[in-house]
Amino acid sequence: MERTGTVAALRRLAPYLRPVRGRLAGSAVAVLGSMVCGLTIPLVIQHILDGPVAHRQTAVLPWLVLAVGALGAGEAVLFYTRRKLVAGPSTLVEARMRADLYAHLQRLPISFHDRWPSGQLLSRAVSDLSTLRRFIAFAGIFLVVNSLTLVLGLVVLFVLSPVLGLITLVCSAPLIVISTRYESTYSVLARKSQDQVGDLATVVEESVLGVRVLKAFGRGAHLAARFARQARELRGTEIAKARLLSVLWGAILLLPELGIAAQLLFGTIGVVDGTMTVGTLVAGITVASYLRWPTDSIGWLLAETNQAGTASVRYWEVRDAEVTISDPESPRALPADGVGAVRFDGVRFTHPGAEQAVLMGVDLELRPGETVALVGPTGSGKSTLAVLVPRLADVTGGRITVDGVDVRDLRLAELRSVIGMAFEEPVLFSASVRENVALGMADVGDDEIRQALRIAQAEEFVDRLPWGLDTRIGEEGLSLSGGQRQRLALARAVLGRPKVLVLDDPLSALDVHTEAEVERALRSVLSGVTALVVAHRPSTVKLADRVALLDEGRIVAVGTHSELLRHSADYRDLMSTMDDEPAEVAS
Amino acid sequence: MSEDAWRGVAAEDNEDIDRAVGVKLKARSRALLGSLLRPHLARVSVTLLFVLLENGARLTGPLLVAILIDTGIPAAVHGDFTVVAWCVVGYAACTVASAVLWASFLRLSNIIGQDLLLDLRQRIFQHAQRLSVSFHETYTSGKVISRQTNDVDAIGELLEQGIDDLLISTLSIGSIAVILIVLDPWLALIALTTALPLILVGRWFLRRSNEAYRGVSGRTATVIVHYVETMNGMRAVQAFRREGRNKSIMDGLNSRLRGVARESLNVVAVFTMTVRLIGNLSLAVVLGVGAWRVTGGSLELGVLTAFTLYVRRFYDPLDDMAMFANSYSSAIASLEKISGFLEEEPDVPEPASPRPLPAYEGGGLAVEFVDTEFRYRPDTPIVLPTFSLTIPAGQTVALVGPTGAGKSTIAKLVARFYDPTAGTVTLAGVDVREVADPDLRAAVVMVTQENFLFSGSVADNIALGKPSATRAEIEAAARAVGAHEFVTALPEGYDTDVRKRGGRLSAGQRQVIAFARAFLADPAVLVLDEATSSLDLPTERIVQRALESVLADRTALIIAHRLSTVLIADRVLVVDGGRITEDGSPEELIATDHGHFATLHSAWQESLV
Repeated sequence: MERTGTVAALRRLAPYLRPVRGRLAGSAVAVLGSMVCGLTIPLVIQHILDGPVAHRQTAVLPWLVLAVGALGAGEAVLFYTRRKLVAGPSTLVEARMRADLYAHLQRLPISFHDRWPSGQLLSRAVSDLSTLRRFIAFAGIFLVVNSLTLVLGLVVLFVLSPVLGLITLVCSAPLIVISTRYESTYSVLARKSQDQVGDLATVVEESVLGVRVLKAFGRGAHLAARFARQARELRGTEIAKARLLSVLWGAILLLPELGIAAQLLFGTIGVVDGTMTVGTLVAGITVASYLRWPTDSIGWLLAETNQAGTASVRYWEVRDAEVTISDPESPRALPADGVGAVRFDGVRFTHPGAEQAVLMGVDLELRPGETVALVGPTGSGKSTLAVLVPRLADVTGGRITVDGVDVRDLRLAELRSVIGMAFEEPVLFSASVRENVALGMADVGDDEIRQALRIAQAEEFVDRLPWGLDTRIGEEGLSLSGGQRQRLALARAVLGRPKVLVLDDPLSALDVHTEAEVERALRSVLSGVTALVVAHRPSTVKLADRVALLDEGRIVAVGTHSELLRHSADYRDLMSTMDDEPAEVAS
Repeated sequence: MSEDAWRGVAAEDNEDIDRAVGVKLKARSRALLGSLLRPHLARVSVTLLFVLLENGARLTGPLLVAILIDTGIPAAVHGDFTVVAWCVVGYAACTVASAVLWASFLRLSNIIGQDLLLDLRQRIFQHAQRLSVSFHETYTSGKVISRQTNDVDAIGELLEQGIDDLLISTLSIGSIAVILIVLDPWLALIALTTALPLILVGRWFLRRSNEAYRGVSGRTATVIVHYVETMNGMRAVQAFRREGRNKSIMDGLNSRLRGVARESLNVVAVFTMTVRLIGNLSLAVVLGVGAWRVTGGSLELGVLTAFTLYVRRFYDPLDDMAMFANSYSSAIASLEKISGFLEEEPDVPEPASPRPLPAYEGGGLAVEFVDTEFRYRPDTPIVLPTFSLTIPAGQTVALVGPTGAGKSTIAKLVARFYDPTAGTVTLAGVDVREVADPDLRAAVVMVTQENFLFSGSVADNIALGKPSATRAEIEAAARAVGAHEFVTALPEGYDTDVRKRGGRLSAGQRQVIAFARAFLADPAVLVLDEATSSLDLPTERIVQRALESVLADRTALIIAHRLSTVLIADRVLVVDGGRITEDGSPEELIATDHGHFATLHSAWQESLV
């Protein structure tokens, strides 16, 4: 990344850093203090060796030794202070940034979430934020402090002896250049290895999730060969990384030590000439050793800073995504005597970024209390039309009204409380059954939950679970059958008795065995509410009062199942199976 | 607990490992580690040699400085530069040797580590593939995946930095101690005695950092689960206004994560402070005593100088131990889990000396069940009581019956997803347990409702049925099942990437691809378990027409709920409670009074009216 880009990206962290800047500055001061202590210790030692020891002055000796002890203790305490001071703010910034990201993601429209895989969003919330935390707690502070220490140390060395200073400078300058150069080459390799690890994880995931298919076709060995090839590639990259690192380490070890060898040589000459004392030489070597970490860390710290910049860019990429569906500025209320009449008026919809419209003027009316099935060929936009009602997406033309009010004029909370939804895939969260049914309705009682479960024919099996309503279900808990999951999803939809239900084919993802049990539940769920049911199969259609046929972005026919079977050739084609073709069966 | 009430209760919360099990786990992990290291023993000894030599070279440095100051400089003052020259050259040589040895050590130890990881990765992968379907049904996919990813990574991390650090630290501390004793035993005694509290501090740190590490990784996992589930269930979250509730749950999880993260940083803070404090005080004491003795004439100035340099170096590697402690505890936990996974035995083992199937010349193979009985586990009820059944080569048999009657189990026995608990299943007269897996899979293919697609192109996914297939063969298979049209409508046709889990295609389209796969495989025996039921109706019609021609010259076992599919069979078996209650041609069974199939058939005819 460009250096200016990194700085700009890091500057965006300012609002989070501002509240904790005092403690961060304190931590930097503590680092600096500990470095000063660390640097002073060798100077005092030099004083001891040159002064009292050389001149046998035992009187001042205890005081100087005490000074070393005090400086040492000071250094240790400052070490602690630095870490202690930074632990709070860095974790606080991380937690706040994560909470804000999470809140923002919950407000972003479904179209955003369809585009962004959850893994990408997760890596921003976890690994990118921990990179930033490390930067705040560590790299950021040390980049400043180490540069200062380096300058300070060189000044001390030059004061001690210009020759020793010059030698150290000559040896550390190339080290900074080398380590910076290597870090950038290294980060390319590190990136490659990360990608390869990701690819390997994909193969692993697929080999496990698709194990039945692999077994059925006996292709385990086929995939194992691919896995072995990719694993070997990863090994190659890792070894290349190590090779690069070993050269860097070699240089880091070699250059300063050669510097010390040169100091020894010139120091001895100095001592012989009488221009330098033995103590000065020892102090010079000690200070030079002390500067090794600040010197060779600079390349690494710059790389960390770069990474933090990238992490910040990735983070803000999501935070900057626009919330396109929000409460209206001057919301209207639903009429108090609303009955749940839903109207689609010339509804048009184009997916963001797509050229072709999916819906091109849908007109449809759902009368209060009636169930309308929405059918149409695959890809005709049935599910899209369904999610427009609770504004999981917004129409790009026309309007949808509930009891005469445009859904975009209602507060989202109000709109979504009068509309219950169920989806093709019943999503369960790793939480208790109670939590899974209540979802957003925090203050709902067990009575209401049980009533909803009863309507969805789910109460009986929930009571049979080991901890009843408290049983944890979902990925981290007890696994439920497809039919049970779908009935819980229906219980969710009817909780709070919404006037309107929008069901996106709750039967389609089920295997045939469980279809019947959910169908029974559906029948009871649909009584007394206005409902739009997306349907693929005749069995679902039969639950509806009327059927609307969606094709090429418009409603092309509306009527009862038998009317449409009689009058619409398209409908017949869509809904009839070979079961309806006795000629085929006879053959 | 109340804060966690939303999560509900689950059995594994109460998981606890008692001591005896703990010992067994350790032994198992050690055995695995041993078997991984054994092939590399020679190279491991070479790396150890490198480290020893490097350590020697590095520690000679301060010794040379001492000699230079004590004998070199006084001699130089008198005009003799030999000692100084030797010392400087020696120092430089040590430096070069140390750098070269260290770089070689890094390279070699990394290669060993990577070889070891490669070996481990392949072992786990192949083992996961070898384990039977019944295993994968109980051990969740998430766990198998994390054995192969997170757990291997944890071991990799330990190999990458942990081992180096530990090796170097121990070596360096040990040899510094030896050098100090050689230089001056009394001063060494003081230096080492003042270092004794380190043992206590180290113990405290290992325990606390282990706890803190577990706390952080556990809390991180809960944050990740909640976060990912929210993202994946965003439709439900927004439609049911769960944002507020989610936020308060997330805030709770987040702040607890922050609490343990702070705690773990504090542990490190206390540790580094104490180590540094002990080190510096030890330095002051050594300096005081040393200086006093130099003034008294019982110690050389150079020896004291060397002491001050060594004492600082003695404490340096201890900071690295902090890093090691964390990677060590996570790697040990991972090793335990991996060794447990590798210990699982497949329920459906490969035959030791396989028997070949008779040469196949088309027309299907006969399938026979002889006194076959099946139950999932010894402690569960019998699913299929003893039965015998012969399916002649080329026959199409439909299995009909209520849910849970055992139809799928019969199908899975043919495909050897399970083995019978008694009796045999034979293919062309050969017990399927004696057939080598590749032969069996070439002969028998099973298609289920599950339509998993692998990442890659549409063509890759069809070719899974026959990896050697040409593009023309792939297209022919796709045409046969009516997939050709929608595939060519995709942006890059057959080369279109299906994306993760086939996300680019609809469920119906994925199922049609799964069909094309089976048709391309062209097996002698085809097993279809509800394979058409997730198709939409127009597609199902196409697939069914294709079926009729495909089934003509092979043996087939079909489970379907749609009567039109059943009626294309030569023979229908009605299964109820694990027993075959009706057996005959569709016409015969329809003609049976009060038969299950006859009843089904008339109900279906009524629905047509």
